[in-house]
Amino acid sequence: MTSEGGPVLVTGVARSLGAAFAKDLAATGVEVVGVDVIPPRHDLGAARYVRADITSPAIAKLVTRTGATTVVHLSLVSAGSGQSHSAAKEINILGAMQLFAACQQSSTVHKLVVQSSISVYAASPKAPARFTEDLSETHLPTSGLGKDAVEVETYARGLARRRPDCVVTTLRLANLLGAGHQSQIARYLSLPVVPRMLGYDARLQFLHPDDAVAALRLVTEQEIPGTFNVAAADVVTLSQALGVLGRPWVGVPRPLLPALGAAARRLGVLGLSGDEVDALTWGRAMDVSRFTEASGFVPAHTSREALADFAAGAGDGLLSAERVEHGLTAAGSLVAGVARTVSSARDRVRGDAR
Amino acid sequence: MSNGAGDRRPGDWSAAIEHLVGLGQRAGAQWEAGWNEIATYVRQRLTGSYEVDEFGHDAEFTDRIWLPLTRALAQNWFHCETRGVENLPRTGPAMLVSNHAGSLPVDGMVLQSVVHDETGRLTRMLGADLLFRTPFTGTLARRTGTTLACQSDAARLLAAGHLVTVFPEGFKGPGKPYTQRYKLQRFGRGGFVATAIAAGVPIIPVAVVGSEEIYPNLANAPGLARLFGLPHFPITPTFPWLGPLGAIPLPAKWIIGFGAPVPTHELEPGAAEDPMIVFNVTDQVRESIQHSLYALLAERGPAFRNDAV
Repeated sequence: MTSEGGPVLVTGVARSLGAAFAKDLAATGVEVVGVDVIPPRHDLGAARYVRADITSPAIAKLVTRTGATTVVHLSLVSAGSGQSHSAAKEINILGAMQLFAACQQSSTVHKLVVQSSISVYAASPKAPARFTEDLSETHLPTSGLGKDAVEVETYARGLARRRPDCVVTTLRLANLLGAGHQSQIARYLSLPVVPRMLGYDARLQFLHPDDAVAALRLVTEQEIPGTFNVAAADVVTLSQALGVLGRPWVGVPRPLLPALGAAARRLGVLGLSGDEVDALTWGRAMDVSRFTEASGFVPAHTSREALADFAAGAGDGLLSAERVEHGLTAAGSLVAGVARTVSSARDRVRGDAR
Repeated sequence: MSNGAGDRRPGDWSAAIEHLVGLGQRAGAQWEAGWNEIATYVRQRLTGSYEVDEFGHDAEFTDRIWLPLTRALAQNWFHCETRGVENLPRTGPAMLVSNHAGSLPVDGMVLQSVVHDETGRLTRMLGADLLFRTPFTGTLARRTGTTLACQSDAARLLAAGHLVTVFPEGFKGPGKPYTQRYKLQRFGRGGFVATAIAAGVPIIPVAVVGSEEIYPNLANAPGLARLFGLPHFPITPTFPWLGPLGAIPLPAKWIIGFGAPVPTHELEPGAAEDPMIVFNVTDQVRESIQHSLYALLAERGPAFRNDAV
């Protein structure tokens, strides 16, 4: 159970991960208070929603009023098509600062769980096959969500230092992928024809949203201080992913990409961040052994299963398995036809010779 | 039947045609039999139902497409011979340390093919970040079992029990002029030795003879290298004069020698952190490769010879 069994404050419940986690935890009988500035679109179940802005000092009052013993911070947002980068940064940085300050002041809070991201590792041709937790310092991201996440983690570590009695757990989650889960990567993979960097085949790693909820619940219910990578262990290449989804692709030479990305953003088709484009070019995967050793947690879905779940929800692409099969059958009968023609021609020549 | 060449002029004509058609039919039969295999492969590729490991290695692609190509290159083009294959471990991790030459990493391809033919094992290789920065080459490299030359990936591969090949000369090897051929360059900072010691795996010195003559590097054009962002821009008898054809390696005679393993598991714990021990082992490996290079060079004689089989 949660430490001291008190209420749990969950931020970011307007988004699907926050909502799913709040609902899941509340179903175990724990008192859950869900916080966000915009009302949740998803069902929170037994969790109670309180409208509050974590970037304002008022959040401290809410923490005191609810008497929360555990705070789960799931408000890490990326600058997608809906949000400008400065707005995302405001929520990420100021939200974390205000919330962690409130936790530090509170006499009831004894545990903080922080959502971080695989983006704290910058994807590049100089990146190792798998990032271990300590490699984030040598592969620092220079912009966007990654930079924000690094900063949020720094504040969380600061809180752990100043409040040694408070258990601080930071989870670096891989890209969430599963049926119905909205994200820029999901939108990208759902395009009818997927533009990709010509000549590169990124290694991708996913985490099913159900597994993300399970991992968050585990660290909320147990005391596992530290910073951990959380992802399905296996990797899937972009080519494999597009094959599973039945999506044809076009190769875009790297110099043309910034213009294409800007056009897509302007048209509102897609708002991939620079960090996500890098990950889809160079590939990025995490070593997840530290979290498995510390908690015994093994995701129920592999990256491939998460992808298959997403594919089932995304519908058939232009190159669906069925169409591939049809094409191959047609080509096969063509080959057989050619072989038959050749052999009958031989029989004919033989007959003539006799 | 009345049409066709047969009824106009029987005899030798029709015999020749029948021979041709027979050839065609046999090929047709083979195509038909081979078609199912091709269709299965294409289906797997198009629907993403094939496996890659954490480094991006695609075992099926490597076995079915890549190794047959590199084998043809090694055997039919370079007539590659081997020495000391008994030094290659059949099981367990080991680190192969080789000299590096040739403007394109052809030596890596040939070495991979030879090791596979001798042991049935695929040696995983470590490549510079330039390889992964460049379109297509990085993808092909990962598919065929190469990953970035960094301590973390090397340790991960060794821990998984793989044979790992490193070229510690880095770009200094391929970039040196033809007059410096078979003179080993400096071995980086010895990071590969430290990794092998930390993992307690044997180091196998590998001497590749023949790779220096395939792209004879007559001069370097540093200005052009800077322009294209390359570590060096070689001028060879065929490159850049013949354009892409200049990438065709000259058919030199190759010999690859595998030296006696240098054990590292007997070293005291913490030896990987001791620069003196690391330098000593590095020198030992380097000397061993340099000696075999000279011995194999003398044994081979001229690189281009008509009777070389």
